[in-house]
Amino acid sequence: MTVAQSINRAQRHVPAWPIYLLGLAWMGWLFWLGLSGQLGPEPINTLERKYGLVALQILVATLAITPLRTWTNISLIKYRRALGVTAFAFVLAHFLVWTLLDLRSLSRIGEEIVKRPYITIGFAAFVLLIPLAATSNNWSIRKLGGMGWRKLHKLTYPAILLGAVHFVWLVKGYPWEPFLYLGAVVGLLALRLIPKRRPQAARPPAGAVPR
Amino acid sequence: MARRWTNDLTPADVTPKAMWLNRRQLMAGLGGAAALSMAGGRAAVAQGLEPNTLEQITTYNNFYEFGTGKTDPAANAGAMVTDPWSIQVDGMVDRPGSYSLAELLDGLEVEERIYRFRCVEAWSMVVPWNGVELADVLDRVGVQSGAQYVAFETIVQPETMPGVRRGVIPFPYVEGLRLDEARHPLTLLATGIYGEPMPKPNGAPIRLVVPWKYGFKSIKSIVRITLTDTQPPTTWNALNRREYGFYSNVNPEVDHPRWSQASERRIGGGLFASRQDTLMFNGYEDEVASLYAGMDLRENY
Ligand code: HEM
Repeated sequence: MTVAQSINRAQRHVPAWPIYLLGLAWMGWLFWLGLSGQLGPEPINTLERKYGLVALQILVATLAITPLRTWTNISLIKYRRALGVTAFAFVLAHFLVWTLLDLRSLSRIGEEIVKRPYITIGFAAFVLLIPLAATSNNWSIRKLGGMGWRKLHKLTYPAILLGAVHFVWLVKGYPWEPFLYLGAVVGLLALRLIPKRRPQAARPPAGAVPR
Repeated sequence: MARRWTNDLTPADVTPKAMWLNRRQLMAGLGGAAALSMAGGRAAVAQGLEPNTLEQITTYNNFYEFGTGKTDPAANAGAMVTDPWSIQVDGMVDRPGSYSLAELLDGLEVEERIYRFRCVEAWSMVVPWNGVELADVLDRVGVQSGAQYVAFETIVQPETMPGVRRGVIPFPYVEGLRLDEARHPLTLLATGIYGEPMPKPNGAPIRLVVPWKYGFKSIKSIVRITLTDTQPPTTWNALNRREYGFYSNVNPEVDHPRWSQASERRIGGGLFASRQDTLMFNGYEDEVASLYAGMDLRENY
């Protein structure tokens, strides 16, 4: 049995619902750290950033699931919805910390979204994710039909890309972290453009043109 | 000539050491407001100049030589070698050379100055600095006529500085002031906080403090001071001219492309503290506005 086969077999026994619980628990734990003074002297910004970073990390994981299946036959599709919805919950929390704890003024919020490109981009990503979160249920898939639903959910690509660009845009100087995330997102999107290959197929001879 | 500027606050308003060491416990034990007024003195509280605790001041810093995270300096700066320390003084001065701290500072009066500290990222603290007026140091080395600017440089110690090894921005970090800004009585060369030697995350052993400008102007761990007749390059301005001007005076009316400068978050308020309005020249308008008389502050941001 190959590694892929044993992983695929094992995942049958591991349900997806704990992802929601773990996500919520992690979110609550971070909030508690902020509340109890354990996020340093500037908990609002620190919490804002932590939620944003977790959101991006989960989004990247979501994006990795399809290529993982294509290229290694490991199928974790079953967890994709839970990951996507949890990521959205973190984006929402990120947004709420910004609006309710940080800015606390409707006019300021509007002004910032319009004036600061990195906020505009983050906000666009958030808006794109809303219909996706709202239709991440079986009822919506039936209602929209498989084709329609899949078409709508192609919005994940621009949304995640914008999220990563938002990160690159907001840093000063050249730290490597945001560029790593952007690189990962671009890489995972690019993998989808490469024609599908059978994992078991014999390796093409050196110099052969990839199909 | 020290003491050309005095706080409205007296040294009695500075939290006694035993108090700030215990502030955390106090805060936990008594609840915020009571502890604050006890520890800081009524006058300070009334002015909104309640100093932050030493822990807050030393654990939330931008010091990119040690990494770009706010906690990186506290985590990494401990390894920085600050003894022995010498400062190269050159350019248009009468007595250029390599000075030890003692040669530069001995005999000058170290004062306590409680200043607001406003970062360009729209957060702020109140810090009780100890330092000498830069003007006194400049007099010691003798500024030649014709000099118009002072340039500063931070130490580069790749062995102890992960941010330098990674090259997160170009190093050495450089900053500069116009000579009249440098000579202003508010401008300090600071050597301590709360009466303790300057903590490493805050720029040990000696740093600049220019309280009416955004924090990045107040260069840390200085190893070189140069008097010149041309405006010196400054690190953030060179990186992004549109976002960081040479002057970078705190100004709530001139927006930074990334951060609104109209308001700020005071460090230490916890998760539910609201922003407060940013003051023109960070609250030092009476003292420094005349330096910029006739200048368009929007143009010269
Ligand atoms: C898909 C959507 C989004 C993702 C993936 C995302 C991700 C991130 C990440 C990774 C960071 C930096 C974390 C760090 O420094 O460790 C961040 C910071 C930030 N984000 Fe987002 N974000 C998103 C949407 C938004 C939205 C909708 C807003 C507000 C309208 C927003 C406002 C901010 C702000 C204000 C910061 C902090 C900037 C600073 O401290 O200077 N983001 N975000």
